[in-house]
Amino acid sequence: MITLNHYLLASALLFAIGLMGIMTRRNVIMILLCIEIMFNAANLAFIAYARALGDLGGQIMVFFIIIVAAAEVTVGLAIAILLSRQLKTLNADEISFLKW
Amino acid sequence: MVAASPWLAWTILLAPLAAGVAIWLSYLPPISVGKPRNRLAAVLAIAALLTSFACTVALFVQALGGRLALPQELSVSWINLPGLHITFGILIDQFSLLMALVVTGVGSAIFIYATGYMAEERAFSRFFGVLSLFAFSMLTIVLADNWIQLFIGWELVGFSSYLLIGHWYEKPSAADAGKKAFMVNRVADFGFLLGILALWAISAADPAHRTFNFLALERTLPGLVSAGAVPAALLPMIGLLLFCGPVGKSAQFPLHVWLPDAMEGPTPVSALIHAATMVAAGVYVLCRSFWLFHDLPGVLIVIAWVGGTTAFLAACLALVENDLKRILAYSTLSQLGYMVMALGLGGQVAGMYHLTTHAFFKALLFLGAGSVIHGTHEQDIWKLGGLWHSMRATSATFLVGSLALCGLFPLSGFFSKDEILILAREHNLPLYILGTVTAGMTAFYTARLWFVAFTGKAHGHGHESPPVMTVPLVVLAALSVVAGFIGIPQFLGAHHGELHWDVVLTSSAVVAAGLALAWLVYRKKAVTAQQLVHALALPHSLLMRRYYIDDLYDWFVASVQQQLIARTCEWVEQHIIIELFVNGIAALTRALGGLIRLLQTGRIQTYALAFLVGVVWLLSTALRR
Repeated sequence: MITLNHYLLASALLFAIGLMGIMTRRNVIMILLCIEIMFNAANLAFIAYARALGDLGGQIMVFFIIIVAAAEVTVGLAIAILLSRQLKTLNADEISFLKW
Repeated sequence: MVAASPWLAWTILLAPLAAGVAIWLSYLPPISVGKPRNRLAAVLAIAALLTSFACTVALFVQALGGRLALPQELSVSWINLPGLHITFGILIDQFSLLMALVVTGVGSAIFIYATGYMAEERAFSRFFGVLSLFAFSMLTIVLADNWIQLFIGWELVGFSSYLLIGHWYEKPSAADAGKKAFMVNRVADFGFLLGILALWAISAADPAHRTFNFLALERTLPGLVSAGAVPAALLPMIGLLLFCGPVGKSAQFPLHVWLPDAMEGPTPVSALIHAATMVAAGVYVLCRSFWLFHDLPGVLIVIAWVGGTTAFLAACLALVENDLKRILAYSTLSQLGYMVMALGLGGQVAGMYHLTTHAFFKALLFLGAGSVIHGTHEQDIWKLGGLWHSMRATSATFLVGSLALCGLFPLSGFFSKDEILILAREHNLPLYILGTVTAGMTAFYTARLWFVAFTGKAHGHGHESPPVMTVPLVVLAALSVVAGFIGIPQFLGAHHGELHWDVVLTSSAVVAAGLALAWLVYRKKAVTAQQLVHALALPHSLLMRRYYIDDLYDWFVASVQQQLIARTCEWVEQHIIIELFVNGIAALTRALGGLIRLLQTGRIQTYALAFLVGVVWLLSTALRR
């Protein structure tokens, strides 16, 4: 029997993986992907609660998150393309030209 | 007894202003048109001043006929705040009427003369614009009914005088002379303004009823003093502060230094401003506030001695001066000294009387000098000579003016100067002796000027000036002759004093001696001027350096102010204010910013970590609740 706790555990795992990826990866695209993983961790938690509580609000919130994530990844990938064109690199450590 | 027509009174004041504004407006590009503008400016200025003159005469005639209630004032409210009420008005009494008559009358003659003297001038309309402004300012002083209005006129007069002295501003000496006049007057005006404000502060026990108005002050202040509402010790201080103004404007020692330099201006300006009207403003103000000084014997003594000293020292300076206009400037100083001395001796009427006659003959002398300069382009009296042969009208009128200045019977200077000497004889013997000696010196230097410049062998060719210049000379000469007989003191309210034969005869004898001495030295050449200089080398050099007063001021301004005070201030500014405060605060901000800047690593991971820590901390505090 798969209970709410299992879903939440999976969600927490996904979130931790995403966070870890952001912390450790240097490639901008990988960082964007990790952010997506964290979004989906949140989505999973929403869905699980929506089912357990019988409340459709959670599902609606997930749609919002998918839309926001799509918009975010569009902007993010556009930035990544421009970065690779202008700086010939996608290494986040090298992209510090806005720093003082 | 009727009230004066407001139309007449306001026209006196505002006509020159209207002309001045119109002339200045004609400078605006859309209206300005080539050469005819020149003539228009002169016509406007003269017409306006003649209008003022006509209105003054109308009021004067009414007053003479006893049909005018004097004093009376017309005023409009100007600033009305709680505790501060300032009016703009016209005070008509004997003094202001007489003074306005002198200003507009002598002024008209000089304006007309100036059209001839300045005919070749490029900045012709600028000249007449400023002259009109000056006439307005002077009339503001004369007709003012309160101290603030008087002070405004006072400063405007100083300003227009600055513009007129520096009329030929391309010449550095003229520009410097203008600045000097302005700054010396500022020194004096500072004290004057303090005096005015102090007078206002004590003018009423109740702060809501304080006033600047002359008549109101005269009415209420003596009562307040006798009631003990005003500390009596304050009054002498106020008197001395107020006296600062006349010391500057009427060029008394030690602030006389600007007047000789002011001769850099065009000669009509010297005649109008630096002889007949503006410098007399100080004397006029003393008359106007005489009720205040009347009960302050200590202040009166100071005033009398300042005046007497000025009269004597300036006459000494005139003895050695070689510049035609500067001799007249020193004699103006000397005569102003007489007037101030008269005031200090309690002779309000005698002072005003001498002011009036002096305005006539000194304007005449200056215009005569201008005519000489116009005809010969020379100001050094030693390079002039024999003018009598080439410039008859100028010479004849100049002679009349000179004799009036000497105070020879029956010319006007005789009467007014003897009024002052009689006063001194009664009240203060040392000043009487000083005044009589000065009269002798006056005769000497005037005769010296006449003999050297107008008689003897002619150098070069002068030509007589056009009628537009000689007619005002003749008019002023006529006034200089008759002004002693037309009863000016009686108009001012003096009873006819008996003649003091001892004073009259002594002064006439001294004057005759002065004239004779000058005749011996400069005409007969019994002793040459060179020999005199050698015999009196020490006093001569002292006089040539003008008592070192200019050098003293020079030292003070150049060494003390520039080197000591200004440099100290500059050091404080550079090192304390700029280095410490301005740059110090900037450096501190930059250092702090540098520290805070280290937080920005530019690495995404650092920000993400900070974000994570922040979220964890927020959640933990939120959940712990």
